[in-house]
Amino acid sequence: MISRRDFLQASMAASAIVGGSGFGNWARLAAQQRLTQDQLLQFDTFGNVSLIHITDIHAQMVPIYFREPSVNIGVGGNAGVVPHITGADFRRAYGIEDGSPSHYALSAGDFSALAQSYGRMGGLDRVATVINSIRADRPDALLLDGGDTWHGSYTCYHTAGQDMVNVMNALRPDAMTFHWEFTLGSDRVHELVQGLPFAALGQNIFDAEWDEPAELFPPYQFFERGGVKIAVIGQAFPYMPIANPGWMFPEYSFGIRDENMQEIVDEVRAQGAECVVCLSHNGFDVDKKMATIVSGIDVILSGHTHDALPEPVLSGETIIVPSGSNGKFVSRVDLDIRDGRMMGFRHKLIPIFADVIEPDKDVAAVIEAERAPYKDQLSEVIGQTDELLYRRGNFNGTWDDLICDALLSERDAEIALSPGVRWGPSMIPGQDITREDLWNVTSMTYPEAYRTEMTGEFLKIVLEDVADNIFNPDPFFQQGGDMVRTGGLGYRIEIDKPQGERISNMTLLSSGEPIDPARNYVVAGWASVNEGTEGPPIWDVVEAHIKAQGTVSLQPNNSVEVVL
Amino acid sequence: MNFTRRETLFVGMGAVAMAALPVPALASVEDAIAAFTGGAETGSGGITLSTPEIAENGNTVPVEVSAPGAVSIMLLAAGNPNPDVGTFNFGPLAASQKASTRIRLAGTQDVIAIAKMADGTFMRASNEVKVTIGGCGG
Repeated sequence: MISRRDFLQASMAASAIVGGSGFGNWARLAAQQRLTQDQLLQFDTFGNVSLIHITDIHAQMVPIYFREPSVNIGVGGNAGVVPHITGADFRRAYGIEDGSPSHYALSAGDFSALAQSYGRMGGLDRVATVINSIRADRPDALLLDGGDTWHGSYTCYHTAGQDMVNVMNALRPDAMTFHWEFTLGSDRVHELVQGLPFAALGQNIFDAEWDEPAELFPPYQFFERGGVKIAVIGQAFPYMPIANPGWMFPEYSFGIRDENMQEIVDEVRAQGAECVVCLSHNGFDVDKKMATIVSGIDVILSGHTHDALPEPVLSGETIIVPSGSNGKFVSRVDLDIRDGRMMGFRHKLIPIFADVIEPDKDVAAVIEAERAPYKDQLSEVIGQTDELLYRRGNFNGTWDDLICDALLSERDAEIALSPGVRWGPSMIPGQDITREDLWNVTSMTYPEAYRTEMTGEFLKIVLEDVADNIFNPDPFFQQGGDMVRTGGLGYRIEIDKPQGERISNMTLLSSGEPIDPARNYVVAGWASVNEGTEGPPIWDVVEAHIKAQGTVSLQPNNSVEVVL
Repeated sequence: MNFTRRETLFVGMGAVAMAALPVPALASVEDAIAAFTGGAETGSGGITLSTPEIAENGNTVPVEVSAPGAVSIMLLAAGNPNPDVGTFNFGPLAASQKASTRIRLAGTQDVIAIAKMADGTFMRASNEVKVTIGGCGG
């Protein structure tokens, strides 16, 4: 008797070897040193159901550069396994040739040079072309948006998410779940969600007062496609009130709520669901663990941690499909559902090379209409960069080095703290920095750049606390995101130690002296989750700094010593 | 004595610092358990304790405990300066032996529930709840 897990493993092997999913093809494309739209979209339609997944767009409607991380450490059972291998190791693991399109799209290394060859990625008009092509093969394919959609750009901020709602509606999604959307504040979220022509899902979105499921966000939605009854269950980001300002959406409580997830899966199976899909904003490692606890989910479409993998990962009897971020990728997953069981799948992570995939004219027009009122502000040049500016990495990124420098100089501080978020596109050396570029890495509804004093002891507590939210060996205690970035402060971190013992050798970089637990230090930072934080918005602080510099250049950042 | 806003802020930070230090309240926790069980062994199973993995707000953490057939359930917050949360007693007409409440947690710690069953045996469940000053999102 062949077990279901054997079936899925056979599917996985077939998809990697035969390359019907295109991953095998990528290496061949690399040899040709050129891509075509047909090659990127090539897919032998399989089974009877197609899922299309896009997630963590962060309001990037037009093509961008986005460098994947070179440092992404896994802990516990996730040490050394995807997505926690990077750069050349990642390429070896998947057989990706150096210098190939896959190298550029999926891994770090030689980014600036490869960006010159392969150009920008993403753009929702190109995404529309991909979706249309899949719908041409399978007209009733389900389009599912994993959230972090209504946040992250100048126009998204100034329209309070309306620009992204309008553009996404033009793509006709079938369902969505949420994270940063809630930082628009609950009133605005209610307004936007009530107007959506598709399902707004979250089995873990609860009413905070009564600890009951929130009425506005149903846990699941049924779809009948290809004669198959499919239940899509939403899973919003579990730690919103901790990682983001809970006072902006006090009516809501979240959490992983895996027990409730199991009840919901059982409920939809009892109602005849032949296929159960979880549209998740848990983050990859949390999804992997959840799949071992909750039984009966066929596919988890995984968002939040911005990982892009060329193949699904099998956890228990569930396949997990992480689809990257910022509009760089669209996942297509075809499923063969027979007799209420998933008997096989075919998958392709489609990279959106903006110069290769033709923009869809209708969606391009919608995007243009949203941007037109802000054209002058978006295109205003505020400086140049000689550096590769990027954000992803566990401990620092050059964008955050620049932001920390700005906080230190413009706010006259000894130490700067910048949040370890994973959104924000990259820039390559020689580019003009426009206001749009600056807002792409700073835009948020709680941008106040505070200036305060903290004792050395309290600074250590902050670092320990954030480190445990990232490196706790139990994924259910990880919030995603990266280490808080520090300016003017160096430290040593031992990843495998328990909370309270990871951080040592804290040093004030300006003097080279050890941090004194009892002394007060002047600290500037931004994105505080506390209500009533005061200060100028971070984009003004960084703009003033860039204007003072003219052309941005940075010192290499060696301030964090990592011990594995 | 008047506090300025800034001084108040630092008092608040001091409280966080205290909370992060391990307070060895273990002795009083074991004492409280022994007083409830009379020193009897505690088993596991038959009691379900539901807590969040990470508290959204350490000042009001939802806790639910259920032990079908229990006559009494004691709830403890092992890391609080005073670990006693409360004891729920269920009469013979109680429709279910289940209670939910909200508790304040001084820092990351174990929440413990002990159920006294009708036959005089005791069941124990324990969950760690993390209280954090928060991080940053993806």
